[in-house]
Amino acid sequence: MRAFSYEKASSPADAAAAAARSPDAKFIAGGTNLLDLMKLQIETPTHLIDVNGLGLDKIESSPDGGLRIGALVRNTALAADERVRRDYAVLSRALLAGASGQLRNRATTAGNLLQRTRCPYFYDTAQPCNKRRPGSGCSALGGFSRQLGVVGISDACIATHPSDMAVAMRALDATVETVKPDRSTRSIPVADVHRLPGNTPHVETVLDKGELITAVTLPKPVGGTQIYRKVRDRASYAFALVSIAAIVQRDGSGRIALGGVAPKPWRVETAEAELPRGAKAAAEAILADAKPTRENAFKLPLVERTLGAVLAQARG
Amino acid sequence: MKFDKPATDNPIDRLQVVGQPHDRIDGARKVTGTARYAYEQHDVVANQAYGYVLGAGIAKGRIASIELDAARKAPGVLAVVTAREAGDLKKGPRNTACLLAGPEVEHYHQAVALVVAESFEQARAAASLIKVEYVAAEGAFDLNAAKDKAVRPEGDDPSLNDTHVGDFAGAFASAPVSLDETYTTPDESHAMMEPHATLAAWEGDKLTLWTATQMVAWGVTDMATTLGIPKQNIRIVSPFIGGGFGGKLFLRADVLLAALGARLAKRPVKVALTRPLMINNTTHRPATIQRIRLGATKEGKITAIGHESWSGDLKGGGPEVAVQQTRLLYAGANRMTAMRLAELDLPEGNAMRAPGEAPGLMALEMAMDEMAEKLGMDPIAFRLLNDTQVDPEKPKRPFSMRRFDECFRVGAERFGWSQRSAQPGRMREGNWLIGLGVAAAFRNNLVMKSGARVSLDAKGIVTVETDMTDIGTGSYTIIGQTASEMLGVDLDKVVVKLGDSAFPVSAGSGGQWGGNSSTAGVYAACVKLREAVAQKLGINSTEAIFAGGEVKAGNRSLSLASATEAGPLTAEDTIEYGDLDETHQQSTFGAHFVEVGVDVATAETRVRRMLAVCAAGRILNPKTARSQVIGAMTMGVGAALMEELAVDKRRGFFVNHDLASYEVPVHADIPHQEVVFLDETDPMSSPMKAKGVGELGICGVGAAVANAVYNATGVRVRDYPLTLDKLLARMPDAA
Repeated sequence: MRAFSYEKASSPADAAAAAARSPDAKFIAGGTNLLDLMKLQIETPTHLIDVNGLGLDKIESSPDGGLRIGALVRNTALAADERVRRDYAVLSRALLAGASGQLRNRATTAGNLLQRTRCPYFYDTAQPCNKRRPGSGCSALGGFSRQLGVVGISDACIATHPSDMAVAMRALDATVETVKPDRSTRSIPVADVHRLPGNTPHVETVLDKGELITAVTLPKPVGGTQIYRKVRDRASYAFALVSIAAIVQRDGSGRIALGGVAPKPWRVETAEAELPRGAKAAAEAILADAKPTRENAFKLPLVERTLGAVLAQARG
Repeated sequence: MKFDKPATDNPIDRLQVVGQPHDRIDGARKVTGTARYAYEQHDVVANQAYGYVLGAGIAKGRIASIELDAARKAPGVLAVVTAREAGDLKKGPRNTACLLAGPEVEHYHQAVALVVAESFEQARAAASLIKVEYVAAEGAFDLNAAKDKAVRPEGDDPSLNDTHVGDFAGAFASAPVSLDETYTTPDESHAMMEPHATLAAWEGDKLTLWTATQMVAWGVTDMATTLGIPKQNIRIVSPFIGGGFGGKLFLRADVLLAALGARLAKRPVKVALTRPLMINNTTHRPATIQRIRLGATKEGKITAIGHESWSGDLKGGGPEVAVQQTRLLYAGANRMTAMRLAELDLPEGNAMRAPGEAPGLMALEMAMDEMAEKLGMDPIAFRLLNDTQVDPEKPKRPFSMRRFDECFRVGAERFGWSQRSAQPGRMREGNWLIGLGVAAAFRNNLVMKSGARVSLDAKGIVTVETDMTDIGTGSYTIIGQTASEMLGVDLDKVVVKLGDSAFPVSAGSGGQWGGNSSTAGVYAACVKLREAVAQKLGINSTEAIFAGGEVKAGNRSLSLASATEAGPLTAEDTIEYGDLDETHQQSTFGAHFVEVGVDVATAETRVRRMLAVCAAGRILNPKTARSQVIGAMTMGVGAALMEELAVDKRRGFFVNHDLASYEVPVHADIPHQEVVFLDETDPMSSPMKAKGVGELGICGVGAAVANAVYNATGVRVRDYPLTLDKLLARMPDAA
C-alpha cells in the first residue's frame, strides 16, 4: 500500500470534482475490494475520497413505480428490503449468493458494480497482465483459466466480472445514475456501464474521470418467476463458475443474464426469443460467439444444463 | 522410562480425568484473545520492528541484479536483508531448498529480500520498490510430463524401497477378476489459519524466537545449522499455534529472516508470511499419479495387490509416500509397491496431514470400491473378506490391535448402509442424485521419544513443562489430564507449560504421534515425581494411591503438598520405546461413511452427512479427539471436492495462491458429522494405551466421498478433486 491522502467529500458533486483534481484519486465506499487491491499494490491511488456519509444510502420508490437505490446502500440492506424481496426477487437472491455476511454488510451497490476481476494473474504482480500493466500480455491465456471468461473476451484479456448483483440488475434493466465533476448528471443503462476488453482491458467502464455513481434505478416490477442460480465448487463464499439470473413469465417468455462467463454481466436480448424452444436453443444463442479455453470449455454445457434446470424450476 | 513391554495396569486406567471429555484448559484464553500467538507477542520485548518478505517472481533461474536504494530510502525503513547482507548461510537438514534465494532462485516466491521498517505498512510499501532483474531458466513443472524420467527416491530409508512379496505379476495375470486403473491427486496446501510468523530478538549472541512451530527442537537444530551458531544460543518459544497440518514442521523463511533482520536492524523484528507466500514459499502436499492393480478370485479373495506412485519434488527432496498403507491394509499373497520421484522445480513438497496415507487411500479405497463392483460384492463385505490380523508382508508379525471389521459393522448399522442401492444412479430426491460411499481409514501409529518435567509446590500445584506444542489439537488439556490423573489432583491444580525449548524435548506435533507420545512422556515424569513424593512421605511408592490431593498407603493418608515441606519437588523423565513397534505392527483403523447429493443438472456435489468410526486405542479426551476427527473429515471433503493448487506449467507456480481461489470447505459445505470411537486400549502403544487419531480422521474420507459420488451418478472420476467439470459430460440426463 502506498501512502495516500484522504478526504471526506461533502456532496456527490464535490466528490466528483475532487476526483477530477487529483491525478490518481479513487472513491472509497465499502472498500471491500479497493483496500485488498491497495495492499497488493494493484491499485495505488495517491488520494482517497470517502463517499460514505453523503446520504446516498436510501432506497426510494420512484414516480414511475420503480425503485431508486442509493449508490451507498449496503448489499445486506438491499437484499433485505421488502420491496426488493417482493418485486425484484432475483436481485435479493443474487445479492445473498455473493460474498459473505460480513462483506455484504460493508459492500455497497455502486462498489459492487465497479469491483474488479478476480483473475488470479491480475492478483499476482509478478505476472504479466494487460489489465494491470497494459501491454504486458495476458498470462491467463494458456494458463490457469478454469474460472475465466468464455464470451465477450479478447486475445488481450479473458477475465470475468465477478459480481452476482450486477447480473440480476442486468436482467432487471437497471440504470445507473452518475454525477460528473462539472456537476452534470447522466443515466447509463447498466448494460452499457462495463466495456468489453478488446485491446484495452484496463479500461473497464464508460465512466469518465471523476464520474461518481449516485444511484441505481430499477424500472417498475415486471413480475414473473425470478430465479438466481449460482453454480460453484463449494456451497458458499465462492465466485460463480456460471450463474443465471432469470425472469420467466407464464407464457414462457423471459429474460436471462449470465454471470461467471464474461467481462460483464452477459445478456443477449435477441437470444431470449429462443426461450420458449428450450434451454439448448437459448444457451446456444446467448453463447454464440464463445471462445472458451480447454480448461473452461465446460462452462458451455454447464450454462445449457443450468438454464434447463432454471426453466424447469420456473415452470414449477 | 523405557517402554519395552506391554503396559499393565497403571494409575491412568482409573480414568477419573483421562478419557473424560474435559473442555480445553486453554479455551478461555483462546476465546478472550489472551492466548498470544507468535505475531501477537507485543509485550515480550520492547522496540519491535516489522519485516516484510519479498518473494521471487520467477520459478527458476538467477538474480541478475537487485536494486535496493529506493527501498532503503523509503519512509520508516531500518534495514534491507538479501543474500548479500545475510552472509554465509547453511541449509538446515530438513529443508530442501534454501530459505533465502540468491543468486540462484530455486522456486517461485523463494524469499529474495526482507525489508525491516517501523511499521508493517512501511515495510510492505518499501518492498514494492525493490527492483529485481532475473535471468529465468527452463524448469520442469509438469508431473505427468516428468513421470517417465522419475527414479527410485534416493536415500537409505528402507520405506523408499520397492517391495515384492510372492509373484505379483503371475498372480495378477492369472486372476479371474482384476483391476488396473490410474488415479491422480493434486498438489494441496495446508491452508491453516495462522500464517507462519516469528518475532526474533538478539541479546548479544543469544537469539530468542517467538514463533509458530509444531516441532520446537527441530527448529532449534535447523536454525543453528542455518546460521552456523551453537544450539544453546537459540531459544524458541511457541506456546500457541494457529494450525499446522504439517506446514509448520520445519524451519521456514519467517524464522530465518526475522533473525537476520533483527541482527541487521539491531532491533527485535517480527515477520509473518503473507498467504501467497505460505502457498508458494513454504511446503505443500505433492501431487501424485497412482497406478493400482488388484487381482482376486471370483469369491473376492485378493490374490494380487500392486500400488505404484509417482510424485515430484525439488532436487534433493523426497516422494509422497502414497503406497505405504497398501503394504498393510489388506491380505493377499502376491504384492508389490513402488515409488518414483521426478525432479520438479515447483515449490518444496513435504508432509501434510497424514502424508502418504491421505492421497494413497484416495486411490486405493476408490480402487477397492471399483473392484467390489466388478466382483458383484458389497464394498464392505469385500474389504472384510480381505481383512488381516497380521502384517501381510510378514505373516508372523501381528497387528498390536486391529478392529477394522468392527469399525465397518458398527458404522454400517449406524449409518444405515443397507439403504444404499448397489446399482448407481438409483436414488433421487428432487434435483439431487443421492449416493452413499464408504472407505477404510488407516494410519500407522508412530511412537516418538518424549520428555517432560513435573514439579509440585507447597500449595499442591503441579506444573508440567515440556516443549510439546498445541497446534489446536488439545495438547494442553490431555497433558493436564495426564498429570492430574497420575498425581490425584484436580485438573485446575495442574499448570501446563508448553512450547519452549528451555523445557525437556518432546515428541512435538506431527504424524499423529503427539498425543500419545507426549502424554506418555508426562506419565514417565509423573511416575518419578510419585516416587519422590512417596520417599519424602516415607511410604512405599508401589502401594501409594494418589487421589483427591492426598497420598494414601494402608491406613495412612497424607496431603500431597506435605511432601514439599523441604521445598518443591521436581522430576524429569523421557519415555523411550523398545521394539514393540517392530514385533507388532501398530496402526489405527476406521471406516468413513458419506452420503452425497449431486445436482442432476450442474453436477455440483454437496455432502449431506458423514460418519467416522475409529479404533485408535484409548481416547484421552473424547471432546478434543472428536474435534480432531471432524476437522480431518472436513479436510477430506476439501481434498475430495475442491482443493487443488493449480500449477501454471509454463511459469512454474501455484496460481491460486490465496484463500479466495484455493477453496477449502466452508460451513455450508459441512453438514451433520458423527464420530464414534470404539472403546479400546492398546497396551503395546505406551503406558497411556492410546494411539494417534488426528490424521486417521482424514484417511479415506476422499475416497468415501468419491465412491458416494459414483453411487449417486454412475460416473467414476479418478482424478481428484471431483469438480463438476469432470462429471458433467457423463452425467445422466437432467430430466
